[in-house]
Amino acid sequence: MRTTYCAAMLAATLATAPAANAVDFDVEITNLSNAIYFTPFLVAAHPAGNNLFVTGQPASANLQAMAEGGDTSGLEADVTALGATIVTNPAGGLLAPASSTSFNMNTDGTSNDRLSIVAMLLPTNDGFAGLNAIEIPTAAGTYTFNVNAYDAGTEANDELITGGGMPGVAGIPADPGGVAGTGGSGAASADANPNVHIHRGTLGDTDAAAGTSDLDSRVHRWLNPVIRVTITVN
Amino acid sequence: MTHRTTMLARLLALGLGTTLIAACGSSNNNAPPPPPPPPPPAMASFDVTVTNLTNGQPLSPLAVVAHQDGYAVFAVGAAATAGLEMLAEGGDNTALIAEADADATVTATASGTAPIGPAGSDTVSITVLESELPGLIMSVSTMLVNTNDAITGINGVSVADMQVGDSTTWQAIAYDAGTEADTEAAIHIPGPAGGGEGFNAARDDAADRVAMHSGVVSQDDGFAGSDLGGQHRFDNPVAQVQVERTN
Repeated sequence: MRTTYCAAMLAATLATAPAANAVDFDVEITNLSNAIYFTPFLVAAHPAGNNLFVTGQPASANLQAMAEGGDTSGLEADVTALGATIVTNPAGGLLAPASSTSFNMNTDGTSNDRLSIVAMLLPTNDGFAGLNAIEIPTAAGTYTFNVNAYDAGTEANDELITGGGMPGVAGIPADPGGVAGTGGSGAASADANPNVHIHRGTLGDTDAAAGTSDLDSRVHRWLNPVIRVTITVN
Repeated sequence: MTHRTTMLARLLALGLGTTLIAACGSSNNNAPPPPPPPPPPAMASFDVTVTNLTNGQPLSPLAVVAHQDGYAVFAVGAAATAGLEMLAEGGDNTALIAEADADATVTATASGTAPIGPAGSDTVSITVLESELPGLIMSVSTMLVNTNDAITGINGVSVADMQVGDSTTWQAIAYDAGTEADTEAAIHIPGPAGGGEGFNAARDDAADRVAMHSGVVSQDDGFAGSDLGGQHRFDNPVAQVQVERTN
């Protein structure tokens, strides 16, 4: 009965206006952190019932590629297959600490009523920020979402700057802020939790030439939330 | 006070005008009845209660600002005002409140009277003209005093639709004012863990702008130069802020 009802409603809506979930909205992403950079964001408005990741479940290969190296091409192909409304790399490169990027989206004529946003935290091994399929508001107004950092669970958090960004390659691709050290012995071995989970944060140390980590505990740590997403429905 | 004065002036002017018209249109010389006293302007009051959720970070006396769109305590990515710097480095809210009072979009300000220890709370009442309710926004600021320049609070939440008896609660996260390097050294920490310097006009953080605080590292977690211990570490949220409309 419910399915029939919904189908009838959809047909009626389509007959009068093709805009079942028409919504025109502006999105602002703010990097709240003090010293973390974000790789280019993938922003997708997509149909309900789809997720780029599920906490407590293993990461997909495409999520792993994003989380370990910032490569969103696989996830972009995934959401393209869903007919998603997509914005990639809105900041035109890395989003620096305490910086913002803004853009417009319009889902007119689609069933894309959920919004997902992902990007990798640098410098981390496989940390990413994830807004996970939130329902896009439809009433005019401004809505704020604080977004947490997750660990993809796919790579040891060794905190060593090795340039390793390919899936399965150990190490951190880079520290865009340029303050990381060298010579660390490795802060951690393989993740005990191989599923997507809230990131436990960076350990770091205060020894730029040795110690266990190449990261600086006084610079590279963060507390959740790591980004703020502000949606303004026009 | 500005609004009350303006309203009284308008009422007096209106009363005078009515008297003049009545005098012109009448042929007798009886003294007109005195104008009725203007009704007191309707006021709306809020109780702002902040509860300290940390293990070992007392919060400095609250700064509460009721305002319209146009004022903000801070913006992520922008440099702190001098008033916010003084609050964030030394726990002194007087300059921040003075800045707010000088802002045309600010309706009212109020200050807490004492620090709020861990697990403690404080309630500050603030009253505005009822005519200011449409669009009314509340901001609350306080320092985590066992840090160099950490602050928390709520930076602009709408209370415009609250009815008398309504109450809303927010979980507050910690921000770094970006005005002082996070040395964690006692000489730079005004709280009981340091007893050191509060405000210093020098801005020596890595970047002179507000962002989220990364937390205290502490000597117990390998920062040899830190005079803070593990008991001073914190995670978000650091405070709970409740706003209740009482009148």
